[in-house]
Amino acid sequence: MINAYTRNFITRRRALQLGTAGLATLTIAPKWSMAADELNCLVWCDHTHAALLDPFAEKHGVKINVKEYEGTGTAYSLLEQSQPGDWDVFVIDSVDVPGAVEKGVLAELPDAEMPWDDIFPELRQPQLHYKDGKLYAMPEKFGYNAIAYNNSKVAAEDVASAAVMWNPKYAGRIAIYNYYIPTMEMVGLGLGIRPDTITAASLPAIREKLLEMKKLASVVGDVVATQNALLTGAADILVAGGEYTVAGMMVDRPELDWTLPAEGGIRWGQAIGVFADSAKKDLATEFVKYIVSPEGQGALATADCYWAMPASSKANLDESQKKQLRWEQQPGFIANSHPYFIPDADLDAAMLDVWTEVLGA
Amino acid sequence: MRGWGLKSWGHVPALAWTGAFFVLPLVAMLLMSVSERIGGKITLTWTLGNYQAFLTKAEGTFVGALVNSVEVTVLTTILSVLVAYPLAYILAYRVPVRWQRLVLVLTILPFWTSYVIRSYSWLLVLSENGVINQFLVGAGLLAEPVGMGNSRFATVLGFVHFFAMLLTLTIYANLVQIKDSYRKAAADLGANAFQAFWHVTLPLSLPGVAVGAFLTFVLAIGDYITPQILGGSKELLLPQAVMLQLGRQADFPLASALSMVLMLVVTVAFLLSARHLKMGRV
Repeated sequence: MINAYTRNFITRRRALQLGTAGLATLTIAPKWSMAADELNCLVWCDHTHAALLDPFAEKHGVKINVKEYEGTGTAYSLLEQSQPGDWDVFVIDSVDVPGAVEKGVLAELPDAEMPWDDIFPELRQPQLHYKDGKLYAMPEKFGYNAIAYNNSKVAAEDVASAAVMWNPKYAGRIAIYNYYIPTMEMVGLGLGIRPDTITAASLPAIREKLLEMKKLASVVGDVVATQNALLTGAADILVAGGEYTVAGMMVDRPELDWTLPAEGGIRWGQAIGVFADSAKKDLATEFVKYIVSPEGQGALATADCYWAMPASSKANLDESQKKQLRWEQQPGFIANSHPYFIPDADLDAAMLDVWTEVLGA
Repeated sequence: MRGWGLKSWGHVPALAWTGAFFVLPLVAMLLMSVSERIGGKITLTWTLGNYQAFLTKAEGTFVGALVNSVEVTVLTTILSVLVAYPLAYILAYRVPVRWQRLVLVLTILPFWTSYVIRSYSWLLVLSENGVINQFLVGAGLLAEPVGMGNSRFATVLGFVHFFAMLLTLTIYANLVQIKDSYRKAAADLGANAFQAFWHVTLPLSLPGVAVGAFLTFVLAIGDYITPQILGGSKELLLPQAVMLQLGRQADFPLASALSMVLMLVVTVAFLLSARHLKMGRV
């Protein structure tokens, strides 16, 4: 109810003034957000910290707006809800780059201006980053879905085998990463099924093993939840974990460790590109070049959200950081890991059905 | 005949608000739920396939998820009422009037912290290295720490902590409106304190309980954060199943159908409690 004070205070003229001011703000605000000195980036959470963004922002005198997403499907939903030109930079899983190019989402990058000689050869993957000889995204970071564990609670010989994922000795001490593709591919590796050979016929065996694992698990969660499980003692083993879950904590908690079992791990990679509809392609391309530069790569590899290997062999990292990332062991890890395999739509749906059933079991 | 004066247009903003922010989104979600993803594109085909998928897909997991959601929500609602009612009663009748405002503020203080932070805090408290386990093991009551997080118990505890405060407010608001003379009259007629409460205060406070319980039910059954953080995905609730469809595949039609099922459950809950939902009393 409007009392006497309010009635006197909000006069008709004042209401009109306030309304006009509000309308003006609404009209002007989008123009501010579209200002030329801003860069809008749709990214994974590791691209949101100041140590990575500030040097570029200060050098170019721009404001960088970042929007985090999880899952390529979510990113496409955000794009559908946006106006063309709203976004400038896109960080995306390398395996999803061909799909994005197919959709016409990404712009061509100046191939000759990119530091390809610095990029680890195994990550160049032209079949993912190029189409018809044109470059659409630069590999920027990679890591593994393998096994993260507490080395004071789990024997080294146990984590040397993928069977540790369903070892009853660790019943109630196992966390499972709640993302069906890498986790099911890890289980497949444990069963002797290479990721790129997974078909609908492989799913019953993987399903059965997952149901067995679910009974042994103390938690099935996302990155933060499983990190917490390792930190708080709710779990000692993380299935499909890796450097991205523990490397950033290893200085304070040296017992948190990670490894690739003898059967191998899943190697994931992420890439960065420029949106085809961006009105600031030059600035966005400069940002891509900064991210793959030694300075950008060092900051990205040790980002607050998660650590992982930089795609560039020239990344600015000190010895301690390289040790945490297992820099020296990378040749062996790369040789013993399988590139992240993205199933086709039908197999993807079938895998999600299995995963949903396992979560509900 | 009634003219179209200022008074008759007074309800228009409310109707416009409801239309824009409830009816339109609901219709959009309904249309989405009868659409299909064909070749990565969503097409309106007027199919009931997504509702059929709710019943049959993934070995009936979605139905199980709905059952889990209803169980957790009903348990949360009952426990929240049991915690909140005595608290509201003490606030309304035992705390001196001059202190009531301060105590109310203290009661709702936990609302001021982030929902996510509060959930993670509970996870730390309940963990094997947490304060409860440290106390129990230190006091010799437990030989080894017991994992209490990542469970239905943790989810319900997190919910009750939040919703008991909400219920306390709605019940308190109802109790302070009940005239003291009713209880005095009951006492004059020979009722003891318990009888006066049972036959007078409790029935008159039911609208406050019903409103708070309904709000608790609605908010808890659609909540994704608390079960995700505290439940540890040891069991699947329907909001989590909805999110699973969106993360990578962006299957909005199936996610919308699952959401419509949740909406149906909320509607049933509303119809069951409508008799007691007298908002004017709260």
